[in-house]
Amino acid sequence: MERKLKHITVPSSEITPYNLYLSRREFIKAAGILSGTAFLAACGVKLTTASGPGTTAPSQVPTQGTPLPDNAQGQTTDELGEPLNTFNEITNYNNYYEFSTNKEAVNSLSQNFKSTPWAVEVGGLVQNPKTFALEDLLKFEQKERIYRLRCVEAWSMVIPWTGFELASLLKVVQPMTSAKYVHFVTLMDTDRMPGEGNPFYPWPYSEGLRLDEAMQRLTILATGLYGKPLPNPDGAPIRLVVPWKYGFKSIKAIVKIELTEQRPETMWNTIAPNEYGFYSNVNPQVDHPRWSQASERRIGELNRRPTLIYNGYSDEVANLYSGMDLRVNY
Amino acid sequence: MIHILGWLPVMWIIYLFFAGKLSVNPIQDVEQRLGHIAVYFLIASLACTPLYTLSGWREPLKRRRALGLYCFLYANLHVLTFIGIDYGFNLHLISGIVLKKPFAIVGFATYLLLLPLAFTSFRWWKKKLGRWWTNLHRLIYLAGALDILHYAWAKKGDIFRLSGDILQPLLWGVLLLFLLVLRLPPVRRMVVNLRSRSGMALR
Repeated sequence: MERKLKHITVPSSEITPYNLYLSRREFIKAAGILSGTAFLAACGVKLTTASGPGTTAPSQVPTQGTPLPDNAQGQTTDELGEPLNTFNEITNYNNYYEFSTNKEAVNSLSQNFKSTPWAVEVGGLVQNPKTFALEDLLKFEQKERIYRLRCVEAWSMVIPWTGFELASLLKVVQPMTSAKYVHFVTLMDTDRMPGEGNPFYPWPYSEGLRLDEAMQRLTILATGLYGKPLPNPDGAPIRLVVPWKYGFKSIKAIVKIELTEQRPETMWNTIAPNEYGFYSNVNPQVDHPRWSQASERRIGELNRRPTLIYNGYSDEVANLYSGMDLRVNY
Repeated sequence: MIHILGWLPVMWIIYLFFAGKLSVNPIQDVEQRLGHIAVYFLIASLACTPLYTLSGWREPLKRRRALGLYCFLYANLHVLTFIGIDYGFNLHLISGIVLKKPFAIVGFATYLLLLPLAFTSFRWWKKKLGRWWTNLHRLIYLAGALDILHYAWAKKGDIFRLSGDILQPLLWGVLLLFLLVLRLPPVRRMVVNLRSRSGMALR
């Protein structure tokens, strides 16, 4: 599935043509894997010893890379200089149990999912509750944000989302002073999402954020990928992206957003409360009880890489957790 | 015939790799496939005796060693992929996982249990150890249980609460339980009685 980028303002001589970019990445990946399997030489990741704060959120954090641009249109890397993952990778490796628990099957099983018409009901503790049609939501200022997505399973990708800040939506509905949390719910429809018949999960998928996390500028509602409407395997037509938390917090196919006073129930926390916490901030020093979070595999790369605290977004979000014990509030 | 069955899975994986049909996370794909295949061979080797108990057919009994050794082959490939390719021989990262994380500890324990079984799988050892050979090889029951646990604990979910992504390890666990129960002397006697009473001939 090859698609061309829309017209962009950066001189085209500076940009790798999209299809060439894809084939180069595929070549590098294939060559890397071939040489990797041919030579089982020690090519391990140099991991700096875990020292420094990781259990208590520091109030002073070191700068990591250049600041994240508000609108990354035309960029081909994230703010740390890491290349984007390909459209093929982003749409063929998805944890979307509403369709399948097999990551590679989600694409074909979600092919016929109808994502229009679509409405998102926004309510709860707000002055101005409203149901937004997808067209209404697309009227909010859409920006291109290149974010890393780090799955709790210890793999990650760099993804060029198109979306708008959740804060701009919340400002329209005006949360009341009693509102402390934002609760999100996915579509519940076993006809369109057959995986929701799976009895091992408490459907529908439910997630939540603290209000300040929801108002943080990095928190977006994504409506597009690579400049085109969000593909079905990635949560069409609208999903949350909270890049400093494990991927399962970035709930897909949202139909309801409500402001609440009590902390909302979240799917994975209900399934295994001692493993998946409400915060689920990416943290190499707070392991999953059963596996390590110290390293991850960036899809497309041969070697593992060290995981960054807050997925590399410390500068922007660490202040939200200052003084909190991150081991307790996992 | 059994040797074709034994080598087929790894040939298939190699084909998938060169055909570009592995997932976009090929290292994990290969690692998990090899692990699954090791489980299948382990269960298959444990199914031989119950199959004989249920049907009187002696052929499966002759295949136990081959199936067990293929399980060992795939366990080795799985471990090698984990240590060499996934973690690039980074002993710091590996020891952090294998010594501390439950899912890796049970996996490592399973592998350690398979070692003496593979080592003593030859007839020379059977003669040398006599009765103890049979007792030693009963460790496969423990290895099977630990293997299922390793499988379940590598997934997101809680097998003991029947929640999350645990259907496959659960099914294999139930099958393992069934195969172990069929070995219990009273159960075995009951099955053999039913079999001879229903007139199934012993071949």
